[in-house]
Amino acid sequence: MKLALDAGHRAFADEVRAFVRANLSPATRAKTVSGRHYDREDHMAWQRALGARGWFAYTWPKKHGGPGWDVTQRFLFENVLAEEGAPRILPFGVKMVGPVIYTFGTDAQKDQFLGPIRDSSVAWCQGYSEPGAGSDLANLRTKAVRDGDHYVVSGQKTWTSFAHWADWMFCLARTDPDAKVQQGISFLLIDMKSPGVTVRPIIMTDGAHHVNDVFLDNVRVPVANRIGEEGAGWTCAKFLLANERLGIAEVAASKRGVRALREIARAEPNAGRTMADDPGFAAGLADLDLQLQALEMSELRALSAMAQGGAPGPEVSTLKIRGSEIQQRIAELAMEAVGEYAQPFQPGLLFHESNDTPVGRDHAPPAAPRYFNMRKTSIYGGTNEIQKNIVSKMVLGL
Amino acid sequence: MDLAFTPEERAFADEVRAYVRANLPADVRDKVASGKHLTRDDHMRWQQALGRKGWLVYTWPKKHGGPGFTPAQRYIFENVCAEENAPGIVPFGTKMVGPVIYTFASDELKQKHLPSIREGKMWWCQGYSEPGSGSDLASLRTRAERQGDHYVVNGSKTWNTLGHWADWIFCLVRTDPKAKPQEGISFLLIDMKTPGITVKPIVMVDGGHEVNEIFFDNVKVPVTNLVGKEGEGWTYAKFLLANERLGIAAVPQSKRGVEALKDIARAELDGGKPLIENTGFREKIADLELQVTALEYTELRVLSAMAQGDAPGAEASGLKIRGSEIQQRITELTLEAVGEYAAPYLPGLLWQGSNEAPVGPEYAHLAAPRYFNTRKTTIYGGSNEIQKGIISKMVLGL
Amino acid sequence: MDLSYSDEQKALQEGVERFVREKYVFDTRRKIAASERGWLPDNWAQFAELGWLGMSFSEDDGGLGGGALETSILMEQFGKGLVLEPFLPTVVLGGGLLAAGGSAAQKQALLAPMIEGKKQFALAWLERQSRYNLADVSLKATKEGAGWSLSGHKGVVYNAASADTIFVLARTSGGARDEKGLTLFAVDGKAKGLSRRDYPTQDSLRASELTLDKVSVGADAVVGAVDGAFPLVEGTVDRAIVALCAEAVGCMDAINAATLEYIKTRKQFGVPIGKFQVLQHRMVDCFTNAQEARSMALMAALKIDDADATVRAKAASGAKVQIGKSGKFCGQSAVQMHGGMGVTDELSVSHYFKRLTMIDLMFGNQQHHLTRYSNLAMAA
Ligand SMILES: Cc1cc2nc3c(=O)[nH]c(=O)nc-3n(C[C@H](O)[C@H](O)[C@H](O)COP(=O)(O)OP(=O)(O)OC[C@H]3O[C@@H](n4cnc5c(N)ncnc54)[C@H](O)[C@@H]3O)c2cc1C
Ligand SMILES: Cc1cc2nc3c(=O)[nH]c(=O)nc-3n(C[C@H](O)[C@H](O)[C@H](O)COP(=O)(O)OP(=O)(O)OC[C@H]3O[C@@H](n4cnc5c(N)ncnc54)[C@H](O)[C@@H]3O)c2cc1C
Repeated sequence: MKLALDAGHRAFADEVRAFVRANLSPATRAKTVSGRHYDREDHMAWQRALGARGWFAYTWPKKHGGPGWDVTQRFLFENVLAEEGAPRILPFGVKMVGPVIYTFGTDAQKDQFLGPIRDSSVAWCQGYSEPGAGSDLANLRTKAVRDGDHYVVSGQKTWTSFAHWADWMFCLARTDPDAKVQQGISFLLIDMKSPGVTVRPIIMTDGAHHVNDVFLDNVRVPVANRIGEEGAGWTCAKFLLANERLGIAEVAASKRGVRALREIARAEPNAGRTMADDPGFAAGLADLDLQLQALEMSELRALSAMAQGGAPGPEVSTLKIRGSEIQQRIAELAMEAVGEYAQPFQPGLLFHESNDTPVGRDHAPPAAPRYFNMRKTSIYGGTNEIQKNIVSKMVLGL
Repeated sequence: MDLAFTPEERAFADEVRAYVRANLPADVRDKVASGKHLTRDDHMRWQQALGRKGWLVYTWPKKHGGPGFTPAQRYIFENVCAEENAPGIVPFGTKMVGPVIYTFASDELKQKHLPSIREGKMWWCQGYSEPGSGSDLASLRTRAERQGDHYVVNGSKTWNTLGHWADWIFCLVRTDPKAKPQEGISFLLIDMKTPGITVKPIVMVDGGHEVNEIFFDNVKVPVTNLVGKEGEGWTYAKFLLANERLGIAAVPQSKRGVEALKDIARAELDGGKPLIENTGFREKIADLELQVTALEYTELRVLSAMAQGDAPGAEASGLKIRGSEIQQRITELTLEAVGEYAAPYLPGLLWQGSNEAPVGPEYAHLAAPRYFNTRKTTIYGGSNEIQKGIISKMVLGL
Repeated sequence: MDLSYSDEQKALQEGVERFVREKYVFDTRRKIAASERGWLPDNWAQFAELGWLGMSFSEDDGGLGGGALETSILMEQFGKGLVLEPFLPTVVLGGGLLAAGGSAAQKQALLAPMIEGKKQFALAWLERQSRYNLADVSLKATKEGAGWSLSGHKGVVYNAASADTIFVLARTSGGARDEKGLTLFAVDGKAKGLSRRDYPTQDSLRASELTLDKVSVGADAVVGAVDGAFPLVEGTVDRAIVALCAEAVGCMDAINAATLEYIKTRKQFGVPIGKFQVLQHRMVDCFTNAQEARSMALMAALKIDDADATVRAKAASGAKVQIGKSGKFCGQSAVQMHGGMGVTDELSVSHYFKRLTMIDLMFGNQQHHLTRYSNLAMAA
């Protein structure tokens, strides 16, 4: 057992770093550093660059066109990207639907969809939640009625992240209203340009537009766009959620967040010195740093067990829980460090690339909005309460 | 609304203080001040002193021989007693069974028991819990079978606090095994000297003996010892529990506890300076003090509502929850203040009144046992989980 | 990077697991705790025979060449069984001091027989005023001919009553709390002028107050450099912290397992109490806390031999913070979920709870190590 990297891995990390420095647009990087919002092209241009290098689908096995990296390489890749200020990879195509397609899809589906996911020429979104089906996802009502070689899909999806940027949506729909709740569900891929698809923004607590309502009004979807058997959608959905939870711990990004927080603390004045010199604040920061180290070690232990052949088990739910709490805590402490200058609200600066000058320091405008926004992390991807239910049942046998 | 005391109230406070100083035995006061364990006789001497003045049953109305204090007077009385290091009043007779007797029992029972409770001559204990019936008290099985003018009681009770010192026990027993669980229960007063009663000590986590199992083997109890009506015991039990929860918040004791903690933090050294100058530790004490203040004002609000004629409602559960957590936090911080010198375990000094010298300062050897022991406060009197269940149902309507 | 145990490490783990399962049934432990020494010489002889006492010492020092990870493997299982034998004071502290700072002669006279199971050690550093500051030492050693004379007081010295040699940290120069000016002496447990007050601790171990009244030792009693003991002691204590963290991980696993079992079987309101969601979620939090503790204890074991002193100190302090936090959470939760049974002496839970509580207090509690970590991290 050892933590140190061997020479091959060190060289790999250097290669990744050099690539990021050469290919990440400085404007995108600047947004990461200052905590401002990205636009679609920030994400897509960066993801296409990764795709061109064969690195976008970095978690995929070789036979599906992934780089076939070991656990350590994945770990290094994620960390270097985060350290260098790359935007987080939008997971919907590459981490969510991609693995579902290569695991459950037909050859024709693989041929059609995997390539554009790998090179990120197509953007995806996830159509699971509905107004009446959040934690209780199996309660979903969106209907898909068979009509020849099409399904006619009607219903409403909600909280759909980046649906307004998406070319495709993967979607759970009820194909058999008479079956037991989990059994009548199918997994469909829907072209967002299909007639009858309407996307309506939902504005979040910080003023941001990330999520949407998606209305489906008699949308015709070819039967060929169904993954797996009719009625087997729940199996795909569960498979996907387990993958989602692993990535959602966001350790690498949080490491960057803690470093940034330390810089903020050093810059913020406090009683003639800085917040970094305030023992109470410094202790809070140290505690956060340690929580993150514990999470990282836990994730490494899980990855190492997976590398020995274990599948990601329900324990990963605990990573999602702690990972989301840590993301929230970073935002909370950043706001605490900024103090009263967290109050001015400057949406232009945050969302619209305006060249307005910040009222406080550069890091001040995003502090409060980010704190508000980050409350989402304990809600999406299955709320933390639901994660605890899962662990309680699946791991503890309660 | 007025937080200030009237001249009459201030005079009352002086009167209480003078009485306590003149009548509280010095050895008892010193034991309380240093956190040592009291003997039965220590309690009795103080309670009888209060009894002589008519103040032992300070919560009772005039017509039952209480002093008829106003809420302000009660508050003053409790606080002055605590400040002067008087022992807490043992609640089983005065606060639990007494009010049940004067509210529900026959005149005969009132005449028999109320005077000796008022004077502090009899030691009572509470026989509710059983091995199979803790949180789910209504499932209790101790059986009382009517035979002529006696009940014959069989079964066992557990967790009886100071049952080994008791003259009398008030018990919940099942008189009708066929009725619904809550309906077949009766409330019996049993003389602890009755043949067939066995008291067996339970050793606690700190090594002390304060709770017992009590076994009833064909114990004959006169039917006249039944409180109220047969089968109505659950009503009286609930009445009693609501009273129990109010007193259990122990605010005056906690105020004294915080002051004692500060004294320890002043005496303990940290890097050559008093520990209380350590910012981190000082902030923990400040936080605790604020919690006590919040609890105190909540209790005052409840008392004031009661003075307007409202019964103590389910809000009393909230006081119990926070009060017990605060008691635990005081012991936790005391342990932290003492540090490694909390490690020595000196049972002779703790329990047997031996005159060996403590290792380290006097308060040090008490810190860990007290911390361990005080875990009980969130368990007894209805565990905090049960209290939250009550609030959620009765207050929030969930 | 590789986080899997080697075959030898797995075998060691299985061996010590078996020992704990067979020799440390809870009732047996109770008897051992009540015995005169508070631990069993037969068990100690078995530790020697199985090579556990020399496991983490270099082959040059007569050991088996293992390291911090092997110590952690042993300590974790000891934690599971609440093992009472004085492995920490004798092997990790005493042995560790000798391995890191002892002369060849000292190693031969003390370390070699310790590995054979023939010598017991203790470390006396704490004084009444020290709290967690290893340099807050006022016990004085003054030159006396070629040797030294030691006078003063030491407190809460674990295993002093059984120790053949007590390592005493003394001030030879400098002011109160100066890191420079401390010297470590190997003092015979029966030395003239050394008196003890022995007592049990809250968690059923044995410790003593020591009074040294002109205890004479030779020049060869000095371990390491005169006036230069601080880094030696600090480094060894940091290694002991890592070992203690592993022990705590074992305690947490055991207390969580006991609680899980309890809430599956204890019925109230006609159902096992584990059906109530508040308890389920609290149990999950316990499980998560134990996971994190395990992660941090492992990280510390892997970093404690790093070349960079700051990395080592941060690793030990970081793990100690986590263990303090998780240990308190698991301990308090276990008691709560056991209801009244949790505060009795009868069940093992209260004993794990007490041990976890005392582990937090040893060598600096959560707050102390958070401050230490914070200072190191902010300086970097
Ligand atoms: C920013 C954001 C982005 C999102 N992106 C997407 C997306 O791209 N695609 C998509 O399909 N969905 C998305 N979601 C939806 C997300 O998955 C749901 O919000 C989530 O599943 C919770 O559902 P809900 O909001 O309906 O809350 P509810 O299910 O109504 O829950 C409300 C509260 O009740 C609790 N609760 C519910 N059931 C239980 C239980 N059994 N035990 C204990 N507590 C319980 C919850 O934990 C929560 O605290 C997104 C959500 C957010 C906030
Ligand atoms: C020191 C001490 C003194 C005591 N003195 C007395 C006394 O003098 N007389 C007397 O009659 N009794 C006394 N008690 C008993 C006390 O009232 C019970 O311990 C208490 O009611 C809890 O019951 P239990 O111990 O059986 O725990 P259980 O009821 O078995 O509870 C175990 C755990 O499950 C939880 N739980 C149970 N039901 C639910 C639920 N529905 N929802 C969520 N969580 C739940 C509890 O909160 C607890 O955490 C004393 C107890 C102690 C510890």
